[in-house]
Order: sequence, then C-alpha cells, then structure tokens
Amino acid sequence: MDATLGMAKTTETAGAPLIQSEINHATPVRARDVVVHYGTKQALFGVSIDIPERSVTAFIGPSGCGKSTFLRCINRMNDTIVGCKVTGKIELEGADIYDPSLDVVELRARVGMVFQKPNPFPKSIYDNVAYGPKIHGLAQSKSALDEIVHSSLRKAGLWNEVKDRLNEPGTGLSGGQQQRLCIARAIAVGPEVILMDEPCSALDPIATAIVEELIDELRENYTIVIVTHSMQQAARVSQKTAFFHLGKLIEEGKTEDIFTNPKHKQTQDYITGRIG
Amino acid sequence: MAGYLFLAIVVLATAAYFVGTMSGRRLVPAGGEKVHSLPGYHGLLGAFAVFIPAAIVLLLWLAFQSRIVDIFLVNSLPSTLIEGRGTGQMSLLLSEIRNVAAGVVFSEPVPDVVAAAERLKSFREVSEWIIAALVAVLMLGGFLWVRSQIAVRFRARNAVERVLSGVMVACAGLAILITLAIFFSLLYEAIRFFSVVPPLEFFFGLRWEPQIAIRADQVAGAGAFGAIPVFVGTFLVAAVAMAVATPIGLFTAIYLVEYSSDRFRSIIKPTLEILAGVPTVVYGFFAVLTVAPAIREAGGLIGIVMSPNSALAAGLVMGIMLIPIIASLSDDALRAVPRTMRDGSLAMGATPGETVMKVLVPAAIPGIMGGVLLATSIAIGETMIVAMAAGLIASLTINPLDSVTTVTVQIITLLTGDTEFDSPKTLAAFGLGLVLFLMTLILNVIALTIVKRFREQYD
Amino acid sequence: MTESTIPGTGAAVAARPSSQAAAALRKRRYAADTRLRVAGLTAILAAVGMLGLLLWTIVSQGLPAFTQTHVRLDFPLSAELVDPADLEATNWRAVVTGGLNAALGETASPAQQRLLSQIITNNAQFIVRDAVRANPSLVGSSITLSVPAADPFDGLNKGQVLRDVPEANRRVSDAQIAWFDQLSAQGRVTAPFNWGLFFNADSRFPEMAGLAGAITGSFYLLLVCFLISFPVGIASAIYLEEFAPKNRWTDLIEVNINNLAAMPSIVYGLLGLAVFIQIFGAPRSAPLSGGLVLSLMVLPTIIISTRAALKAIPPSIREAALGMGASKHQVVMQHVLPLAMPGILTGTIIGMAQALGETAPLLLIGMNAFVTSPPGGILDASTSLPTQIFIWADSPERGFVSRTSAAIMVLLGFLLFMNAIAIYLRSKLERRW
Ligand SMILES: Nc1ncnc2c1ncn2[C@@H]1O[C@H](COP(=O)(O)OP(=O)(O)OP(=O)(O)O)[C@@H](O)[C@H]1O
Ligand SMILES: [Mg+2]
Repeated sequence: MDATLGMAKTTETAGAPLIQSEINHATPVRARDVVVHYGTKQALFGVSIDIPERSVTAFIGPSGCGKSTFLRCINRMNDTIVGCKVTGKIELEGADIYDPSLDVVELRARVGMVFQKPNPFPKSIYDNVAYGPKIHGLAQSKSALDEIVHSSLRKAGLWNEVKDRLNEPGTGLSGGQQQRLCIARAIAVGPEVILMDEPCSALDPIATAIVEELIDELRENYTIVIVTHSMQQAARVSQKTAFFHLGKLIEEGKTEDIFTNPKHKQTQDYITGRIG
Repeated sequence: MAGYLFLAIVVLATAAYFVGTMSGRRLVPAGGEKVHSLPGYHGLLGAFAVFIPAAIVLLLWLAFQSRIVDIFLVNSLPSTLIEGRGTGQMSLLLSEIRNVAAGVVFSEPVPDVVAAAERLKSFREVSEWIIAALVAVLMLGGFLWVRSQIAVRFRARNAVERVLSGVMVACAGLAILITLAIFFSLLYEAIRFFSVVPPLEFFFGLRWEPQIAIRADQVAGAGAFGAIPVFVGTFLVAAVAMAVATPIGLFTAIYLVEYSSDRFRSIIKPTLEILAGVPTVVYGFFAVLTVAPAIREAGGLIGIVMSPNSALAAGLVMGIMLIPIIASLSDDALRAVPRTMRDGSLAMGATPGETVMKVLVPAAIPGIMGGVLLATSIAIGETMIVAMAAGLIASLTINPLDSVTTVTVQIITLLTGDTEFDSPKTLAAFGLGLVLFLMTLILNVIALTIVKRFREQYD
Repeated sequence: MTESTIPGTGAAVAARPSSQAAAALRKRRYAADTRLRVAGLTAILAAVGMLGLLLWTIVSQGLPAFTQTHVRLDFPLSAELVDPADLEATNWRAVVTGGLNAALGETASPAQQRLLSQIITNNAQFIVRDAVRANPSLVGSSITLSVPAADPFDGLNKGQVLRDVPEANRRVSDAQIAWFDQLSAQGRVTAPFNWGLFFNADSRFPEMAGLAGAITGSFYLLLVCFLISFPVGIASAIYLEEFAPKNRWTDLIEVNINNLAAMPSIVYGLLGLAVFIQIFGAPRSAPLSGGLVLSLMVLPTIIISTRAALKAIPPSIREAALGMGASKHQVVMQHVLPLAMPGILTGTIIGMAQALGETAPLLLIGMNAFVTSPPGGILDASTSLPTQIFIWADSPERGFVSRTSAAIMVLLGFLLFMNAIAIYLRSKLERRW
C-alpha cells in the first residue's frame, strides 16, 4: 500500500500528453456543475471535478449516491437510458463531450468502460478482444489484429492463462478471468481513459487482488477512474479519491489526505463506517 | 333423451348437495370432539357421488350407443339383405335404414328395410331405458353411500379433495390423450390406406391424381397416389412464405429492440398483434381478391405469364401472416440477451447497428431460430390461405410462378364433398395427415426445445 | 507481468480514433447504422402497409353490402289469382309479375316477362306469400312491399355494374336498365340498411343471403367449446401449476401442451372426423361436433394462459393462507383462483377468439353445408362465420364478393369486441404485485 501511494507522486509529474492540447495536460477530464435527472428524479447536484492523467481516481460513497451515474456521464453511457438528462459541462482534452457535434462513437472509443458484472460477449476469447479493433478499423490485416489482441491480453495479464484457448467462448472463463478479459477488450481499442464501475465486486479476494494489481500497472499508460465500495481498495489502488453523498461531491483530494485527514465530517463518518 | 337425463343428474346432484349440507349441519359432536369437516363438504361429496358416476356412464353411453345399436341391427338383418354387399354398400344400407326410421323416405323402401327400421327404433328405445335405469341406480347408490358415511369423524373434506385431485389429474392427462388420439387415429386410417396403396408409391411416387379413383373397384389400376409433388408444393409455398416473413419479421424486431422509441413500439406491437389475430380465411380471401390478381398483373407488365393461383401469391400472403410470429419471437429473443452485453458493446464505441448485428443477434440466434422453425411449422400446416389461393392440381415444380398444391389443400379437397369414408381417396387424406402431423411435431419439438434452452441460458 | 509495459502497437496508434482515416471509417459505420435503421423501418412499414391494404380492401369491398337496393311495388291480390282458403296453391310468381306490370305497364311476350321479373329477387314470390299469409284480409285489394332487387340491379344501383360497358359484356340488358330506370324515376327504388345481412340465413341469391345462420352457428360452436375447454383447461392448469410434482411425467405433459398449441388446426379436424364422427357417431355439420374439435384446439391456449395467471400470484398469498391452517385445496380454490381469475378470463377470451376465427377443422366436420335456416340447437346442421366466408368466397355470383367482405367485417367486428374485452379485463382487473 505504501508503494502504491508513493507512486502517485511520480505519476503526477510524469508522462507527456498523448495528444497536444492547450488545456492543462495533467487533467484530461474536467467536469463542471454536472447535474443529472432520471425523469423527474434528480440524481446529481452540480458535480465539478478534475481527473488527473495517468493515475487512478476512485469514487467512493454510500449506495445510491450517484457514483455510477457520474461515471457513466464521462463516456455518455447515460444516453442509452431513456429519460436521463445531463446538464453541465464535461471536457475531454478540452472538448465538450456533450457538444451536439461530438461523435459518441469516437468518444466511447477514447473513454472505455469496464462494468460491475463481467460481461464478455458470447463469442470466443479472441473475438471478444478483437471486437473493438474490428469495428473501429484499427487493424489493416489479420496479423495486425492478432498483434492487438495478443498485446491487449498481455496487458490485461490474461495471456498466459488463455493463450492456448483463444477460440473457446469467453463465457467459459472464471469470473476474475472474465473481468480481465473485459479489461483487455477495453484496452484493445486504445482508449485514453478507462472507467471501471465496481470492477471487483463480483470477484473473490484472490481475483480481486489480481485485478487490483493490473489496475495499478495500467495506470502507467491510461487514465483510470474507478468506483468502489471498498475503502481498502480505494486506498490501495487510487492516487486521488472523490467522496460522493446524496448526489453531491462532498470532498476530493489525494487519496492519502482523504483517508488520513478528511475535511468534512460526512467523509470521516463514511470512511470510519458510520454511514453507508 | 340424453338431455333430459343430464338435466335430471344436475338437479339431483344439486339436491344431494343440500341434503348433504343439512345432514352435516345436524351432526352433534360428542363431548370434546369436533366435527371434522364443514357441512358444505358433506354436501359437495353427496353431489359428487350423485353426479360423477352417472355423468360418466351417460357420456360413455352417448359415445358408444350408436355403434352398439348398429351391431345389434346388423346381426338382426336377414341374410337376403346382407348378401353380396361390401363395407361401402353396407354403410349405405345402414344409413337408408336410419333414414327410414327417422321418417325420411326418398323412395319406397323394401319391406325388409322397413322391418329393420322398426327394429332399430325398438333397439334404441331399449337402450334408452337401460341407460335411464342405470343412471338412476347409480345416482341413488351414490347418494345412499354418502348418507351412510356422514358422521362426526367422517373426513368429508379429504374425500372431496381427493375427488377434485382425481378430476384435475384426469384433465391434465387429457392433453396426452389428445396427442395419442390424434396419432393413433391418423395411424389407423393411414395403415388402411397403405394396405391399398403401397407406402413406396406414396412416399416416392411422382404422380398425384387421387380424383381419378372415385370408385372403389378402380383403385389399384388407375389412381395415382405418389405424394412427392404434394410435398414439394407444400415446401415451395412454405419457402416463399418464410422468404417473406423472416427478413421482415427479423428487421422489425431489430428496429423495435434497438432503434424504436417506447411510444412507437407501443403502437407497433399491438398493430402487429392485429395482423396475427386476423383469421386465416380472411387472408385467403385477401390473396384471391387482391394479391393474386396484382401479382398476375405485375407479371403481365414484365411479360411473364403466371397461373392465377401461383405459389407466389399464396406464399406471399402466408408470409404476411407469419411476420408477427417471427417478429415477436425474435423480439423476445433479442430482449432476453442481458442488457449488460448491449452496454458492453456500446461502451466500446460500437454503433447501435453494430451492437445489434454483432452482439445481440449472434447471442439471440437460438431463440430466433426457434421462432423461424415454429413459423415454418405453421406455414406447412396452414390450410385456409392455400385452400383458397393455391391450386388443386399437383404439378412437380419448384417455380413459384406455377400453380402447386399442398398437403393441407389435398386433405381439404379429399375430405369435403360427398365421398365414401372408406374409399382410398379419403384414406389418402389421412395418410397425408399423418405425414403433416409428424412433420410439424418434429419441427415443434425441436423449436420448443431450442427456445427453452435459450431462455434457461439467460435466466 | 512484464508484457504489460509494452506500449500500444503500431497499428493501434496509427489509427487513433481522432485521425482522419478513423473519421472516414466512422462515417461509413454510421451509414451502415442508418441503413439498418431504414431496413427496420421499411420492414415495419411493409407489415403495417399490408395490414392497411388488407383492411382497406375488405372495408371498401364490404361497405356497399351493408345497404341493399329495394324496389317498392304494389302487388295486386285479385281474388282470381289468390285464394285465401288455399294460399299454397296460389301462383305467387304471377302475383309478383303482376306487381311489376302494375308499375311498368303490360309487357308483351313471356320472354320479356321473364326478363322483367329478373329485376327483383327470385325470392320475391315467397316474400309476398309470407306477407299475405300474415295478413289474409288483404286478398282482393293489393299489398305494397319493398322487395330486394336482384344482385345485378343492386350492382347497377350502386354503380358496380357499369352502364357504358357493351351490352354483351354486361349482366343486365339495355331493356332491363330502361325498366329499372323507370322504376327509379317513380321513386320506387331505395337503398336502405341491409338488415337482411344479419337476419337472413344463407341463400343461393346474394341479395337474400345473410349471416343469421352463420352467427347462430358460431354462437353454438363457442358455447360448446367454452363449456368444455374452460373447466377442463382450468382444472389441468391448476393441477400442473399448483399440485403436480416436478417429474418427467409432468415435463412430458408440458412439452405436449406446448406442442399441441402449435399443431396445425386441420389435424384437429382430422381427429374430429375420425374419432368424434366416425367412431362416436357425432352428427356431421353440427355445432356439437365442431365445438368439440375447437375445444380440443383451444385447450392448450387456455391451459398456458391460466398457468401464467396462476404463476403471477405471489407465493406470499399462498403461504399466508397455508399458515392459517387452510388445506392446499382450500388455498387454491378460495385464494389463488379468484385472484387469478382476470388473467384466466383474458386467456379464455383470447382462446375463444381463436376458435371463432378457425375454419379448416370445421370444413372437415362438414360445417360448410348449404343451410337455409339458422340452427335450432347444437345438433342441427349449420355453418359458422368463417366457413360462411369460405362458402361465399367460392361463390361465382358477383354480389357475393361484396357480401364476403361484409361477412369478414362482421367477423372482425366480433373479434375486435372480444379482444377489447380481454384488454379491458387485463387493464382494469388484473392487479400488479
Ligand atoms: N436508470 C435509472 N432510472 C432512474 N433512476 C436511476 C437510474 N439509475 C440510477 N438511478 C437513481 O439515481 C441515483 C444514483 O444512482 P447510481 O446508480 O448512480 O448510484 P451509485 O452511487 O452507483 O450506487 P451503488 O453504489 O449502489 O452502485 C439513485 O437514487 C438511483 O435510484
Ligand atoms: Mg453503481
């Protein structure tokens, strides 16, 4: 844990931006006054946050406080929910992602997502990973596609386990392997940001540890946002933590600060287990 | 007669209910004991005891009396009348006697027939008296038995519940019984058919001309009962129908699942249900009145001469009829794919179209296939559209612009109109019926199994 | 996991999502998406369009049949033609001709007389006879009656028979048209609502043919069908859902029921013919036999929907009643069944609607007989609405095309009504748990 927290400092200064932009390179995602309604019900009340580049940001908070809702705003997955209305501003590399002229398909290729329950497609392991590169036309040849699939599986730490069974169905893997397959699938598109909504909640402790280790490695190349219910997990993997409560962002900051020295009473109550 | 008897049974069963209830109410429990069952249960048991045996006997009598009376009648006929008659002529004679007995006389009957008619009447009378007496005895017996049983400790409720359970099991078993009855009645008649027409000729013959064999003595030589053209015609029409219904139904489902607003969906779904609820005879009329002439005219415009009752017209209209079935089963199948899969695909930057074609449809293929098979089974068994819009002549062709005939059309034409029931012509209909039954049975079982497995997979 | 540090492959970087090539590709992908959307919409439009075309065809063809051209004539009932003591012996044809002559003046030859009498229905003689029989005191004076015009003249009046067609290709001659116009000019031709469509039985003459027999027959059919399939269907559904152990036997019954629901209806007709009529001697063409066959056919539908309705009742209700010491039977009969009733009734009505529209098995039972009076009971020979439609659709007379469409409208009307009740029951009575 110490090592993880220690690495936070190095990443904040490290790494050139992937794409040149006049906006602050260190924060690829900036949200301002994000308000979300589901029909008449308001789920988010003006959330503003900066997500630092090439690091792990954790969203914590009691159930129903709007963590998933906010996470889904970042790649506009809320568009798929009928009656969901988002106002406010979210920028990816300085471009407003809710701009009508913006292409959601492009956005979602740049901002990948991993879900709570592993959801591999009912296809082979290979086809699961190749799905994204194929639809986005990332590979011009079969060998290039193989290359992407293999390297994505390697990056997801799954290669050694599945290299002999790439043509077997992805649904035949264990829960932890399935989740890493989903991560490989997300990586294969070459995203800048990866959103993870409670990626370990359906996994056993050992699989959880493996995925956590993976997340820690991925942060060298990707900006990661993770929603978690486990305070330990947030403390282990993240460099920045944001605490949500009843649709509001109560407090955000360096993970070590939030956990050792929360400014708000609610945050303190939550991390010490009094609410939630 | 049967009507009056039934009325009597109902009235007396009601009476038994009240008597039983009253007796139950009058029971006086001895110290500390409780009457086991409520009075109503004693009454119900009384009603059951009166009703059930008597009603069963009455039904059996209704079902079999005419056969039994016939046997007595035939045995009583003087040999002069019977001599030299085949089964067909025998049944003609019997119906003549029945007509005379009923007072319907077309030409002056021979005295033997008049005498037989008189005997028929008396047999019927005797049979009615016997059944009336039997029913009366059964009712009385049942009633007295329940009377004798009514007591403080008598478990009338349990008895009533046992009877009810028995009735329910019998009803549930009826489903099996129906299937067996269909199978064996078709098999029985088909075997009689195959004793006249060899199965080899039926299953592999290329000529189907059953109309030639009108008289029984003509069969072996002239009639042609090679069913291949009929089967080919059936598949041709079904293939046209599926070629229309599958893409339209599937694309409809895809649109409803992936693109449609809830409002649009809530309008389109009931509209499709209307399409499914239109009786097939209406489709048949539509085919004859509108579609077939339109197709012919269209064919005429591009210089194709078409038969007025082309397989295309019948198949097209049948396809319209099948659209809602395929659409709704595909819609169910696509919807059964977990939402997380759809989200997973969309979150990778897939367009809705890519999501549905590359993730949802492949995942839902078993369910969709089940729907297509079910629709095929319906297409093969559909009768009215083809009976009205397809042809009667069995020609061996796979050109949808030609006129073909189908299994169901042949069954209908062979069995309507006044034909002797025993001629190979009518029996041929049962041979076709057996084939139809087995074909649809196999398709249905495969389809239902696939669909069931598919549902369990995502439950 | 040293591999994880390998950066994105060349290929992936070359086609970053924001590159030009990727943008062009996305354009193609969106086009494909739009094509799929258009294909879906086209499919829906095709289906709905066909439904629209079907309904439009039926309605536009059928509406004219809801009026019937009548000709009002005064039939002289001179004592020399009509003997009040013996009405049967009267030459009613002559009386009818007399009525036509009275309106148009004497026509010369018998051939012309025949042409003239073709203007009104062939059954006019019986209509006049029945009217006189009901009121014998009229003999000696005359009787004024509106009698249906014969089918070709009904068509002429409705503009279906065109006057500018050459006489040879027309079903009515120029002379007849002249007579008809004369009658029209005298104000004798009317086109009132065609009550005969509902109150007449079948007839060879389109202008006299009605649906009374078919509607009564369908009523008896549904009665028999309901009386059998409703109790039997509910009993087996209750057994299967509430009491049956889950074993291979009940699995078999379940597969069986699903299969029966998908069996072609004509197979049930074969069963009815071979078993009910051949073995049990049930009457041919009678609603009893037809109803029996239909009841077997809708039984699976009723069982399946009843089971669904029973399944929708939450177990908590059963548990609560069982907890109070009720027997399993009492729970089912007194608590579950009443709560499931709306669902069961909805399913039953849908099953009955299915039975009402069914034709094929009834043809095998012989319910396409030509019957000129409504059946008096379930044992009389009769037709039903769908088989009547089939008979009329097969009839060559021009007037039957329109009648067939009108009969279809009546049938669809009944079906719509039944489905409306089912929808109402579902929405109003069914509780959401
Ligand atoms: N599709 C939806 N329709 C309507 N309301 C919704 C929908 N999704 C979420 N909500 C509501 O929005 C609020 C925030 O939900 P959200 O899923 O973002 O919470 P969460 O913080 O992710 O909770 P959890 O930790 O349980 O996942 C909740 O009150 C929830 O009821
Ligand atoms: Mg959540």
